[in-house]
Amino acid sequence: MRVSGYAFKLGDSISTDDIIAGRYLYITDPNELARHIFENRPEIRSRIQSARKPVVIVAGRGFGYGSSREHAPLALKAFGVRAIVAESFHRIFYRNSINNGLLAVEAPGIRGMVEEGEAITIDLDRGVIEVGRGAIRVGGVPGYVRSILEAGGLREMLRRLAGGRSP
Amino acid sequence: MYESLALEILSSHIVEGPSDPGPGDIVVVKPDLLLMNDITALLALRVIEETGAPVDCSRIRTLIVLDHYSPPPTASIATSYRLLRRFARGHGCILKDVGEGIMHQVAVEEEAEPGMLALGADSHTITYGALAVFATGIGSTEAAYILAQGELWLKVPHTILTRLEGRLEWPLSGKDLALEILSRTGGDGAVYASIEFTGPGLASLGVSDRLTVANMMVEGGAKTALFPVDKVLVEWMRRERGTVKPGWKRLAPRSGEPSMEVDLSSLEPMVSEPPAPYNARPARELEGVEVDQVFLGSCTNARYEDLEAAARILKGRRIREGLRLIVTPASRRVYQKALETGILGILHSAGAVITPPGCGACFGSTMGVAGDEEVILSTSNRNFPGRMGSPTARIYLASPQTAAASAVTGVITDPRSLA
Ligand code: SF4
Repeated sequence: MRVSGYAFKLGDSISTDDIIAGRYLYITDPNELARHIFENRPEIRSRIQSARKPVVIVAGRGFGYGSSREHAPLALKAFGVRAIVAESFHRIFYRNSINNGLLAVEAPGIRGMVEEGEAITIDLDRGVIEVGRGAIRVGGVPGYVRSILEAGGLREMLRRLAGGRSP
Repeated sequence: MYESLALEILSSHIVEGPSDPGPGDIVVVKPDLLLMNDITALLALRVIEETGAPVDCSRIRTLIVLDHYSPPPTASIATSYRLLRRFARGHGCILKDVGEGIMHQVAVEEEAEPGMLALGADSHTITYGALAVFATGIGSTEAAYILAQGELWLKVPHTILTRLEGRLEWPLSGKDLALEILSRTGGDGAVYASIEFTGPGLASLGVSDRLTVANMMVEGGAKTALFPVDKVLVEWMRRERGTVKPGWKRLAPRSGEPSMEVDLSSLEPMVSEPPAPYNARPARELEGVEVDQVFLGSCTNARYEDLEAAARILKGRRIREGLRLIVTPASRRVYQKALETGILGILHSAGAVITPPGCGACFGSTMGVAGDEEVILSTSNRNFPGRMGSPTARIYLASPQTAAASAVTGVITDPRSLA
């Protein structure tokens, strides 16, 4: 599995409230949610709106802090985020991302290795992240989690369970 | 070796995994309880619709609680609520409608019991750890998966054993302990961990305070926060729930080498500064910060004991002219009891606006939304920018005692000066 994009850098403790505000959570359409990303953090919002797509978020510690709102990864994915590489993740966000087929990879030290806007590729099979300055080894994704990712997320697994009753 | 409460509880719920699981292992578990709120259930419904997943709520006791936008402030939300009611009726889920209360409070009053495994599509599901329940938050797709499959994978957490010394004395509360711990863990110091409590300090920490502490441990990243079954909990279960079971004995207090120690006798009233809950420091260092609105509510601090604590300070006093005090009881039961004992009357006479139960202002959805550049002092658990409304509002977090004292003076106030 290989995912590429352009680095968009963020700091520590980016919360799911930062990503999508509570006032939009009755919305379930990812494209509509994507229109409202980072409204609680106007400085991030204006930056990401002009970022080159596809976006790979490169963040600090504790990405996905706070609420369990799955709207956060859904909105990011619909906006054009392909993957998130962070020093560490909060657990519910991490699960929600994987479950929706949005790659989330822990990579301590990553922020110092990548410049804003630089091309970045995550190669899960080789366990490396490739950037201009070279490649960074990353710890593997646990087998069980990997199988969910490879199925295209838990959502896809549910679709299969349903026995092809839907598209 | 420390025998963790987390593993003890998980072990009896494993349907697939290694024979002798330890921290870091992945296990597939069957929960006793599945919970969803209005927001996360709506998204779960969409996943079910899109995937065609077969749903059966009768296999695992499933609650859907309409709390975040309750009662609905807009027509589109009211229409979504209709969908949820129809879904619950059609699939045999238990629906807690508008005004019943916040999901976590309802669960604690009616459902959670020591030794259970509860998975909830809401991060503050962790709250029920105060009742020795392995309780943790999940996403909506996972809730849908449980509805279809009756199981889910979890990673066995490592433990942060926390020893409590000393005694908690009025006007200190569980909130001050929670903020003290978060000031040490930061926002991610407890990621994936089970924070487990032990030590002589437990004796002075009532169940209401424990619920507050467990609730906020997720702000340090914890997966679960577990209090043992001790005398305090057994008495509470007998009084509030009318039940005590012999199997709870295995969840008795544990001993081991603690990785954190807190002396309750030397705690100070604490306040979190924006923009994150772990930015906590003693209230006295923030004294004088002017406040526009005080919010006494949320799954952290809107139980009967919290309203009573605020009333103890507000009795015979008035809130400061120009300041709003919004009181949102955590549940219908809390509301009813506070009505009967006169607590609501005291708060009302002091100048409070009393709203129906629900999440309300905590979430910036309704009934006390923050305006541009306003300063809010809240008893809730999160103070991220925009959490309660305008991204430029500044939110401080504190105990009901500190909130009540500050409502009287109009500035952040150490409650020891008024108590
Ligand atoms: S009261 Fe606040 S923190 Fe608790 S469940 Fe509701 S929105 Fe979430």
